[in-house]
Amino acid sequence: MSAMLKIEGLEASVEGKAVLKGIDLAVPAGEVHAIMGPNGSGKSTLGYVLAGREGYEVTGGSVTFRGEDLLAMEPEDRAAAGLFLAFQYPVELPGVGNANFLRQALNALRRKRGEPELDAMQFLKLVRGKMKALGMTEEMLKRFVNVGFSGGEKKRNEILQMAVLEPAFCILDETDSGLDIDALKIVADGVNALRAPERGMLVITHYQRLLTYIVPDRVHVLLGGRIVRSGGPELALELEEKGYGELQQAA
Amino acid sequence: MPAAAETIDTVRDVTEASYKWGFESQIEQDIIPKGLDEDVIRLISAKKGEPGWLLEWRLKAFRAWQAMEPPRWAAVSHPPIDFQDISYYAAPKQKAAPKSLDEIDPELLRTYEKLGIPLKEQERLAGVAVDAVFDSVSVATTFKEKLAEAGVIFCSFSEAVREHQELVRRYLGSVVPAADNFYAALNSAVFSDGSFVYVPRGVRCPMELSTYFRINARNTGQFERTLIIAEPGSYVSYLEGCTAPMRDENQLHAAVVELIALDEATIKYSTVQNWYPGDAEGRGGIYNFVTKRGACRGAKSKISWTQVETGSAITWKYPSCILQGEGSVGEFYSVAITNNRQQADTGTKMIHLGRDTRSTIVSKGISAGQGQNTYRGLVRIMPKADRARNFTQCDSLLIGDRCGAHTVPYIESRNPTAKVEHEATTSRIAEDQLFYCRQRGLSEEEAVGLIVNGFCREVLAVLPMEFAVEAQKLLAISLEGSVG
Repeated sequence: MSAMLKIEGLEASVEGKAVLKGIDLAVPAGEVHAIMGPNGSGKSTLGYVLAGREGYEVTGGSVTFRGEDLLAMEPEDRAAAGLFLAFQYPVELPGVGNANFLRQALNALRRKRGEPELDAMQFLKLVRGKMKALGMTEEMLKRFVNVGFSGGEKKRNEILQMAVLEPAFCILDETDSGLDIDALKIVADGVNALRAPERGMLVITHYQRLLTYIVPDRVHVLLGGRIVRSGGPELALELEEKGYGELQQAA
Repeated sequence: MPAAAETIDTVRDVTEASYKWGFESQIEQDIIPKGLDEDVIRLISAKKGEPGWLLEWRLKAFRAWQAMEPPRWAAVSHPPIDFQDISYYAAPKQKAAPKSLDEIDPELLRTYEKLGIPLKEQERLAGVAVDAVFDSVSVATTFKEKLAEAGVIFCSFSEAVREHQELVRRYLGSVVPAADNFYAALNSAVFSDGSFVYVPRGVRCPMELSTYFRINARNTGQFERTLIIAEPGSYVSYLEGCTAPMRDENQLHAAVVELIALDEATIKYSTVQNWYPGDAEGRGGIYNFVTKRGACRGAKSKISWTQVETGSAITWKYPSCILQGEGSVGEFYSVAITNNRQQADTGTKMIHLGRDTRSTIVSKGISAGQGQNTYRGLVRIMPKADRARNFTQCDSLLIGDRCGAHTVPYIESRNPTAKVEHEATTSRIAEDQLFYCRQRGLSEEEAVGLIVNGFCREVLAVLPMEFAVEAQKLLAISLEGSVG
């Protein structure tokens, strides 16, 4: 079976500095892969490059997503193709209602996919169900996108967007950062609920902690812009014990 | 009746009406040459069959205007206007009317499509001479009947001069004197037509009044005159403009609007201004030099200005309130967008004369392309205005790095018990905001529209419902192509 997301020899630089130096990675549908690594290893850059952020220049390699050349697409077309990035630092949109934002995003995706748009009532019905599962209050729909949200609320909001938009592939960029253990469990439950045979996930994290709750199928260690080791879930535990130091020396 | 059908009917009425005007005939267009002197003014007045006092008023304004200079203090630049090179009467629109939509700038038509404007309506907006089949049941007529029941007078200015002369004579120029400023004086001398509203004591006007529904409102030309009088305890909401860009050959527009609110009366005046802004290189476009002023004459009266300004090459406009009555309230909510080469110098004046008067100013300026956006405001507290209060908030949003935002607030307080607050912010649409929206599936244009609408939320929230939705679309359209 061919992988849903296939990265080959991916090289990228930020402000002229090489950050990704040849990444090879294949994530099949139905699997959850974790990318682990210390700060500055290129984890977040990988997420941004895949999502198509400006300023992240691809200098080599290729990425195929569901059989298509991902790197040739605009960010919004990547989203329409089913790629979702849960941000490490979700962005504030002052004056933009959370519900309005989410509905516009959902309808933009539905339009691109040739599906009918949801009206306000249909949307509310959909979103209410998803919020309940994430322990979110409806009051959060009325607030402006991420404005004045606590760290935990922001991350939950990302997961809510993910749950509503139902992407084919999710990239979670350090979703565990800034979460206490209770919030972490809620977020992990939300993510686990989205695990499905037709959906792939890439979980980017610094710590093993998150992987206790979201158990990955594969773990990859990113160091200095390269994947230096891959293994099963036990690799995360090993890293937790020994740290990245040993691998850094080996790299 | 569904809005679209209603619109089409109204359009037919409007079209029909313009043909009814005998003096818009081809022959007379040829008679009146460009240029302005006393004879032209006499001719305008004679054609309209005006009473002698109004002609005298016009002539007085003209003589004052001759001694005046165009204002130079605004932060806008344009070549000098040759006032002798303008035709002050006739209907140049009809002479220049394109025969079909094929002759219209496709860019303009694309905008209409985005706004979801029916075809007939598109033709009217684009200035096409529409051969409409007239509907015997006219929306405008039923509308007028309903207003008449309530005792509200809503008619063209010309009709008001004929039918309600005493009211016009009493109030005309009482808020904006004939020689108030260069453009107001010019308007007073040559104004062609406009709107007149009178709401009797204690009457709450049963519907939003819009020029849209008033049959004689179209083709009022460059020098429009509006007068609204709200008797004690009355309420009226007036909508000006329509929510699609109007094609217009007139380069210069100089309108005057006067509002009078007596004891405990409220006037809410909303404008969506989207005249042709010129092309991306700054060719063409309307010069919009408007004097709008409201007098809160009565105790606890209230005048509220709301404007969404997305059009015109140059906007020079300061809707103001004279807060004379004790406890009267003035409000100004504004969104002004400048894209490409547009220039806007706009704001308000709040003149506090009476005790316990209050004013609120919320101004949102958005600059994109090489647009220049200036907020210019004056809050003046006079010695007798005990406990007067003002709150001003001026926010600027920049899109791109070639545009400009400027804030010029004047505050003059001559009463120690007054309280004046001013807040100002300048921000930019950040790359991370755009990326966040696009990652969720919105196009760049949709993302900008969303962020801009969020920025303008406080102003859009006070627009009447009919306007708010279309205004939101319009904001997004005005900023198309401003990013990337």
